[in-house]
Amino acid sequence: MFGFGLLSGLIFLPLVGAAFILLLRGDDEATRNNIRWTALITTLVTFALSLWAWKLFDPSTAAFQLVEERSWLGAGLTYKLGVDGMSMPFVLLTTFLMPFCIGASWVSIEHRVKEYMVCFLVLETLMIGVFSALDLVLFYVFFEGGLIPMFLIIGVWGGKRRIYASFKFFLYTLIGSLLMLLAIMAMYGVAGTTDITVLLKTDFPVSMQKYLWLAFFASFAVKMPMWPVHTWLPDAHVEAPTAGSVILAGILLKMGGYGFIRFSLPMFPDASQYFAPMVWTLSIIAIVYTSLVALVQEDMKKLIAYSSVAHMGFVTMGLFAMNTQGVQGAVFQMVSHGFVSGALFLCVGVVYDRIHTRDIAAYGGLVQRMPLYAFVFMVFTMANVGLPGTSGFVGEFLTLVGAFGANPWVAFFATTGVILSAAYALYLYRRVIFGVLEKPALVGITDLDAREIALFTPLLLLTIYYGVHPGPILDACAASVEHLVRGFDAALAATKTAALALH
Amino acid sequence: MYTAIVFLPLLGFLIVGTLGRSLGPRQSEIVTTGLLAVSAVLSWIAFINVGLGSAPATTPVLGDWITSGALKIDWALRIDTLTVVMLVVVTSVSCLVHLYSVGYMHEDPHRPRFFAYLSLFTFAMLMLVTADNLVQMFFGWEGVGLASYLLIGFWYEKPSACAAAIKAFVVNRVGDFGFALGIFLVFGLTGSVAFDTIFAAAPGLANKPIHIFGLNADAMTITCLLLFMGAMGKSAQFLLHTWLPDAMEGPTPVSALIHAATMVTAGVFMVARLSPLFEQAPAALTFVTIVGATTAFFAATVGLVQNDIKRVIAYSTCSQLGYMFVALGVGGYSLGIFHLFTHAFFKALLFLGAGSVIHAMHHEQDMRNMGGLRKEIPFTYWMMMIGTLALTGFPLTAGYFSKDAIIEAAYASGLHSSAGVYAFLLLTIAAGFTSFYSWRLVFMTFYGERHVAHGDHGHAHDDHGHGHDHTPHESPNVMLIPLGLLACGALFAGLAFASSFIGHGADEFWKKSIYTGPNNHILHAMHEIPHAVGFIPFIMMTGGFLLALYVYVLAPGTAQRIAASNPLLYKFLLKKWYFDELYDLIFVRPAFWLGRLFWKGGDGRIIDGMGPDGISARVIDVTNRVVRLQSGYVYHYAFAMLIGVAALISWYLVGGVR
Repeated sequence: MFGFGLLSGLIFLPLVGAAFILLLRGDDEATRNNIRWTALITTLVTFALSLWAWKLFDPSTAAFQLVEERSWLGAGLTYKLGVDGMSMPFVLLTTFLMPFCIGASWVSIEHRVKEYMVCFLVLETLMIGVFSALDLVLFYVFFEGGLIPMFLIIGVWGGKRRIYASFKFFLYTLIGSLLMLLAIMAMYGVAGTTDITVLLKTDFPVSMQKYLWLAFFASFAVKMPMWPVHTWLPDAHVEAPTAGSVILAGILLKMGGYGFIRFSLPMFPDASQYFAPMVWTLSIIAIVYTSLVALVQEDMKKLIAYSSVAHMGFVTMGLFAMNTQGVQGAVFQMVSHGFVSGALFLCVGVVYDRIHTRDIAAYGGLVQRMPLYAFVFMVFTMANVGLPGTSGFVGEFLTLVGAFGANPWVAFFATTGVILSAAYALYLYRRVIFGVLEKPALVGITDLDAREIALFTPLLLLTIYYGVHPGPILDACAASVEHLVRGFDAALAATKTAALALH
Repeated sequence: MYTAIVFLPLLGFLIVGTLGRSLGPRQSEIVTTGLLAVSAVLSWIAFINVGLGSAPATTPVLGDWITSGALKIDWALRIDTLTVVMLVVVTSVSCLVHLYSVGYMHEDPHRPRFFAYLSLFTFAMLMLVTADNLVQMFFGWEGVGLASYLLIGFWYEKPSACAAAIKAFVVNRVGDFGFALGIFLVFGLTGSVAFDTIFAAAPGLANKPIHIFGLNADAMTITCLLLFMGAMGKSAQFLLHTWLPDAMEGPTPVSALIHAATMVTAGVFMVARLSPLFEQAPAALTFVTIVGATTAFFAATVGLVQNDIKRVIAYSTCSQLGYMFVALGVGGYSLGIFHLFTHAFFKALLFLGAGSVIHAMHHEQDMRNMGGLRKEIPFTYWMMMIGTLALTGFPLTAGYFSKDAIIEAAYASGLHSSAGVYAFLLLTIAAGFTSFYSWRLVFMTFYGERHVAHGDHGHAHDDHGHGHDHTPHESPNVMLIPLGLLACGALFAGLAFASSFIGHGADEFWKKSIYTGPNNHILHAMHEIPHAVGFIPFIMMTGGFLLALYVYVLAPGTAQRIAASNPLLYKFLLKKWYFDELYDLIFVRPAFWLGRLFWKGGDGRIIDGMGPDGISARVIDVTNRVVRLQSGYVYHYAFAMLIGVAALISWYLVGGVR
């Protein structure tokens, strides 16, 4: 790839598309269409390239693959990329979801199309960068940089309260990231490098681990988002355009979970174990509390946003169960939630484009005019509820098995989420889809058109396919997760022996 | 062949589900019903080969599902006698219900959707009964829940149907909460969820103490209790029964298939399938007995006073499920399955018969508006008579063999356990009640005078506008043939199969698909009870019949007088012991109240108030006063990040110099 590795190709390809779009002049309809097509083709080619990367990827080893390294800015900074079983699924998820975002914005974005598409392509670059960076500074740059396009997308193309929402988003993430920056500096002080592969093998002193863990936690917990720093998410979702919500729920939230897997668990095992009960508690609160809040929402997007928080609670719970099922389940849950929640936001987008309101009370009886839409919405609702046979079940089940192995009480409380999720999701479905279609605004509503069917079909098929045969994702991360869990146990055992030796 | 039995209904669902609109209703009916008929025929062949013959039990593996570390879950079909019994019940009833629905639903514009759902349900139910591990069972378990949800809410324009659908799904999920925890615990104890492995490990886990949920408990007992919670939800047992009567909002064929013959018996099947676990947990079995007996009694009392024809039968189902659980609880797993088997025939018959009545009455369901129908719809009348005889246990009908045997088994068990005594007493009383409410239904519907209230007849036209006159009419043959076939089952299923299921041929028939411990002799003990005890169910049946005859035929008006003189008791029963009101008060309302509290108070006032809003208010104050530059927050943010990166690079440079 022109002297670059494959991952660099993945990272820079969207930028090439963005540059090309910037070169297009004019604001007539033809230009806008050219811009849309350029963006779509760019994302599709990127996706194809990532599939090729997946083909080259060997899931049987836990080592980093497709590694490339070159010095950067001199002074010991390196540009180092590589993927293992825990980052590969997220790279694929990113490249997979991007074309849907472009497709979802095809008609609903009418002003500043050029800037919008450039934002999305830059965002894609940064997100792929997050999941493939093997240098802490590089990771930080991608991680924080990703917020800027998102910030713009909400602030420029968002709804009425977009300024409030983007400000809230900014405030939360800023505080988290500053702490993480300090932690990165401290880690450099100990290890003398920011190379992640080296840091993974570095033993940080136990007392220091706790501070580092907390600093990273501050950043990742906001991103996840975990209770009680979740309140930015519903507002951001509500104000973001549909594609923004898809990316936000589908990928940006996963950065927090990925951060836990990549840094907190393997680098600070003692601290992770020390803080695990706290994480569990917060996860359980997230699951129960936000499910109850979702039950009483009056805004479709807010309801799905709150349900996202609950689902991310399963992820953090599974991760900090620190056993194979828990971590693998968490990875799976994140990928699955990526396309299920993405699809649910697309579902909201479909009716929002037609009626221009997200108010649940404004709908009812849609099944009469929109049977296809009702079917699609039902499948994703069931996936959200975690019905076996959909991908939503596998992640939820595995994280719960893992949590039960670590602490039965955690699984006990988290499993109540299974009841509550059914309640809020079906209650939403009933109010929107069922009933008599009698509201004047809805009488002329049309069913899914060809573009929307094309958007939903792949998501729907994957949701069912991974529900029945989750092997491809589970196998991809199996070796790496095994390595992580074993390393974790070994580190804990070592600390224990050391503690005994002191006595 | 086994694969075909399970997947033909799925094929029907997929064909009609995707192409139903272009195929049209008639083709949809033919496709789904035809595929199910094939599946049913194959099931009977399997039943003859595996159950009655000597074909070996097999477990063809279809593929792997979830593999994560030590956890391995396959898709597989476990075929043994227990499975083939269920295959026969499920596919036969489903096939007849499909056929019946062709007539019953013929005015509904959404027939393709209806038939697709019916086939989806059948597929999920077949996956449940052929499961080779707990998780696949859970797949079928939730799958039938989904189909039940879709079918209860089939008439989505009715708010009551939508509410009932959600209630059914959510209450079932409460049971699944226990089921799921049970699966986790089984995995924790045995390291597997596959039946063969956990059954082999079960004896070793007997009397093993574990510390869980703050209790020091017996491992198998707590496992079985958790799993049984799932069964309680699905089989509408006491405390988790509230969804079943409301589920009658669905079309009547659905009630017959799902809420009488098959899905609600999944809990019974589950306990029988897991008999190797339950045999190691006597305390859990005692609990099963008590819950079953309580349900049988409770539902029978409520059934006494209901006026909706379908609700009477629904409570009857609930009550009969209680009988099955008592059979399981006293160790007579095959007895429970036998009652499941016979009950499927006569209860489906009663429901479809009731459907025929409702069809005749132009969708009137209130029995107070019926009466004297035996002359107008004689065939339906006779079918209902057969169903009632079988249900009440008239000698030589199906219920006589299975239901009376359960009462006898409870007596035999009562000789050495107080739970058995409790079960025997309640079941005997419930048998009397069963007879009373069943005959009450027959008398109110088919005897006496028509009580058509002229004014309020209009509300009966809920979904279908009948344009024609209001005289009752007999149903078409496509509905009557299924009734006839089920009636044969209701009359002869007991006589034909009693010796295989629970008699001398039982060991040979079940071939180890049901496990009974070395000390479990309930099937023999129940034959050795005093003769007088064997007559008690018959006496109760006759008593119930005579009482109903007096109250509703010989001295009409007695019922109203009794109700008027005991208003509190009547109200208590009519309101179903106030469970709905109670649950609404302690679960539903608090959930919404808490949700609102957390949302407005927790998120809004506390978290946002202290956090971003509070800070932003201050920041805005400051910026308004100090900075008058045009400034987007983006630039602030980019600036902050730049400072961060700059700081980092300086740190490096300093470090690099050193």
